[in-house]
Parts: sequence; structure tokens; C-alpha cells
Amino acid sequence: MPLSAADLTAIRLTLELATLTTLLLLLLGMPLAWWLARTRSRLKGVVGAVVALPLVLPPTVIGFYLLLSMGPNGAIGGLTQALGLGTLPFSFAGLVVGSLVYSLPFVVQPLQNAFEAVGDGPLEAAATLRASPWDRFFSVVLPLARPGVVTAAILGFAHTVGEFGVVLMIGGNIPGKTRVVSVQLFDHVEAMEYAQAHWLAGGMLLFSFLILLALYGRRQHRPRWS
Amino acid sequence: MSDVIEARLRVAYPGFSLDTELRLPGRGVTALFGASGSGKTTWLRCVAGLERGCRGVLQVGGETWQDDGRGLFVPAHRRPLGYVFQDARLFEHLDVRGNLLYGFKRVAAAQRRVGLEQAVELLGLGALLERRPAHLSGGERQRVGIARALLSAPRVLLMDEPLAALDHRRKQDILPYLERLHDELDIPVLYVSHAPDEVARLADHLVVLEAGRVIASGPLQDTLARLDLSLALDADAGVVVEGRAGAHDADYGLLRLELPGALHLKVAHDAMAPGRPLRCRVLARDVSLSLEEPRDTSILNRLPVRVVDEAPAEQPAHVLVRLDAAGTPLLARITRYSRDRLEVHPGKALWAQVKAVAVLA
Repeated sequence: MPLSAADLTAIRLTLELATLTTLLLLLLGMPLAWWLARTRSRLKGVVGAVVALPLVLPPTVIGFYLLLSMGPNGAIGGLTQALGLGTLPFSFAGLVVGSLVYSLPFVVQPLQNAFEAVGDGPLEAAATLRASPWDRFFSVVLPLARPGVVTAAILGFAHTVGEFGVVLMIGGNIPGKTRVVSVQLFDHVEAMEYAQAHWLAGGMLLFSFLILLALYGRRQHRPRWS
Repeated sequence: MSDVIEARLRVAYPGFSLDTELRLPGRGVTALFGASGSGKTTWLRCVAGLERGCRGVLQVGGETWQDDGRGLFVPAHRRPLGYVFQDARLFEHLDVRGNLLYGFKRVAAAQRRVGLEQAVELLGLGALLERRPAHLSGGERQRVGIARALLSAPRVLLMDEPLAALDHRRKQDILPYLERLHDELDIPVLYVSHAPDEVARLADHLVVLEAGRVIASGPLQDTLARLDLSLALDADAGVVVEGRAGAHDADYGLLRLELPGALHLKVAHDAMAPGRPLRCRVLARDVSLSLEEPRDTSILNRLPVRVVDEAPAEQPAHVLVRLDAAGTPLLARITRYSRDRLEVHPGKALWAQVKAVAVLA
């Protein structure tokens, strides 16, 4: 077996983190993307820019501010302590919060594009056919935007799997809790275990390629996430 | 219960304003006619509750749908109406059956007025039920759109240029379905169009809009014969003549169209049950005038008429003359030269020769 128990633990942890993050992001990103797609508010530009920030910021910058705000003296830290949850840095929950921020634009932007592409036409038609706003969203918008939702899920998942800088900043390197594949790979390289490193790095390469193949290989719908 | 549609609706956008006050019959087909940009689609969207910037008062069949003075606005999905869009707007993720049932399922069973089978039969959709909208022709899409709207039990049916996106042949395919709606269902229709032939064929009541203002509203025949409005129709100025089918001459393929005052026209048409109402369109350019009854002429239809009044035509050499043939209004477009030579003036008795009669239904 070329993968050690520690490697497998890291892989399992990474998949758990990516799955949880993707589900939460779809849940939270849906209303945000809908608002961005439909609003005529002047805040749209500001909110859109904030959502896009993780695209351009170095992950270490995101990680640094998250570390401070989730720490005992930070805003998030104060909240979690008041709720009796302790502080989030160097915990799995902390990694989830970090991943939500880090992968936010990769989920929100494809959703927003897909919602915008649905347009007013089907929504107005549904309204004249007695469908309430909620009903319209679930019976018309979501089915028509399905390719965008799938794209958002795939990108959110894949991007979270590839996370490194943020993890290192707020999660550290705790086996079974915060040591994800990318960190495990880093450890192997540091320890000059290149054979082990190859297995993980090659696995990641193959995984990423298959994800992108799934995205671009789908007929008709080309991803438009940026 | 008042069976009337009352609408005082205003919209003001940069570069466009709509300001209308209309009282429309709560039965039959009301056509809103006007050039593009005249505001007719905006008005229809106001009635449906789709136009955000619309202000005013709207009452349909005694129910108030909007009254900004009282802060009342019934959202589109709570208004019992059907809307047929110019571009059909079928749901691409559903097949035809799914589209048809979308509104149907959202209406309480007790309120449903048209069943799926009836709608499918009425619009000839039987063979299309399993198809996706992407695999329908333009005419088929529109028929599905109409059936979908009917199935949502509308108390009024709004149609926004349902034929505008179709070529001539497809139009001819759909018009009979629209006439069946008119004849078989008792649902008032508000029909937006910029095509005089559709209006002449389908409408009972005519509203003419120009630059966001109502310039005429009245029964079709009276409104079409108004000279001031005929100008808006320029080359298409004409009237709709309503009569009843009479005897049929099988040898020559001619049907008698009985008119008020014991007058009649002969039109090229198959035999029809005597007494059935029949609507024809007579264009002003197809009507000529003479002092005596012309006998030796190839023109079949000659009617004694009295001059009502006249107005300049779009072409300076022409005038439009409004005529009365024992109660049937007619328009004739003649040259100013002929007008003076025949000494046309209100009250004068003349013979009108009708060169062409287009049967509309």
C-alpha cells in the first residue's frame, strides 16, 4: 500500500471538509447569488466585489485576517466564546469557516451567472400562472439554472480540496483535525519522502483533471464562473 | 356584478409616458391597436401586474387589482388572468404537458374552467404533449402558450401580439384557433396588435393608442370607419362589414352576404349555413364611386350609399370619403379630382363599387 494511514486520514479529512463546505456554500450562496442577480441596489457592486476578493487575495492574507478575527480578541472569536464554543483556530470547524470564505466566489459567481441567464421571461410567465415568488424559484429558476448549480458545486468542492495557505494559517497541522492532503503533501516534501509525495501529488493532479473534464466535457453548458 | 374592465393607468419612464383611461367591455375581444412604441404592451403588462412603475386604478369584473390611492396592489400571481407572450415563454425544462399543467395545478379544482383535454383539443396539441419546447415550431409554441394560459382559469385573457413572431402561413394556421376561443369560450380577451388584418378579423372592440395616449375606444365597426383614425392606418384604411350568410351560387362559387337594409354583397366563399354571421374587410382603396348605378362593369358589388363626410388621405391627391350603406359604414379612397367632378358632399347619394371583399372568418 503506497499510501500510509496518515495519508488516508488526510484524504478522508479533506473530503469531509470539501463536502461540508460545498453543501454550506450552496445553502448560503444561493440567496446571496439570487440577490446579486436580481437586485437594482447600489450595494450590488460593493457586495459583488467583496464576494470576488478571495479570487485575487493571497490565501495567506485571508488566513491571517481569519486567524485574528476567530482568535480570542476577534469578532468571530468573541461570538463563538459567548456561545460557549471556544475559539475556532486550529479546529476542524475553523477550517470549515475558512473554506467558506476561501471558496465563496467559486460557488456564488456561477450561481449568479446562471440566475441572470434565466432572465425575467420565465419568471413573469410563472407569475401569470399563479406561482408565488418562492414557488417560482423552486419550480422555474432552480431547474433552469441546474447546470450552473452543478458547476458551482464542482468548483466549490475542487477549490476547497486545493486549499493550502488558509489551512496553514488557521488550522495548523493537526493529524485527523486539520491536516488536509495539501498540508500532508507539504510535510512529505519537507521530510524528503518524494515517493509518498508523488502518490499524493499525482492523485491531486488526476482528481483536478477529472473534475475539469467533468465540467468542460458536459455538452452545451460551458462554465462561466468569472 | 359589473362585467367591465376599468383602467386608469399611468407609467412614466425617461423618454416614454403612458396615460390612459379606459372602460372596456367584459366580454368579447378588445384589440389594443397602435404602432410599436405606442405603449400597448406596457399597458397590457400593467393590467397583468408585471410593470413595476405602473400607477393608477384597475378594476376587472368588479374586483380591484390596483388602487394606489388606497395602497392596494394585487401581485401578478394573485390576479386570475392568463397571459400569452409574444415569444410564448414556455418553460424549457418541462415538456408540453408539464407546461400546460403548470398553471392548472396551481388553481383550486373548483375554480378550473377549462380541462386539459378540452384545451388540448381546442388548440390541436394532442400529438405534441410529450415534446420539449425546443422541438416545437413557432406556431406550435404559441398554441401551447395559449392553452397554458387558458388552463390557469383566467377571468380575462391577455394576448401580447401572439402572432407577431410568425410568418404569414403560421399566422393563418393559428387564427382559426383564436376564432374558436372567441366563439366557444366566454372569456374576455385583451388583444395587443399592430396588424390591422388581425384586429379586423378578431376584435369586437377597438382601442387605438398613439404615443401612450388613447385616441379612440369603441365598437370595432364604428371605430374603424372614423376618418381621423383611418389616417393612422394609411394604406390599410378600411372597414369591417358584418353580415349574415345567404344563398350560395355553386356554379360560380359565390356566397351572398346579407347586409342591413336589404343590401347584399357577393363574396367568393364556400357555402355556409344561412344566417351565420360573417365578417368581411373592405379596404378604402378598393371602393370607387359613381353617380349612376354602373351596369356594364366587371365589378360585381354595387351598393347605394350616402356620403357622411370626408377627410384628407395620407397622399395629397386623395381624399377618404365616409359612406353609409343603409347602416353599414364604408370608406372610399378617391382622388380629389374625382371628388370635385362628382361634387361629393355630405348627404349626397352615390353608388359605391366594391372591387374586393376579403372574408375574415
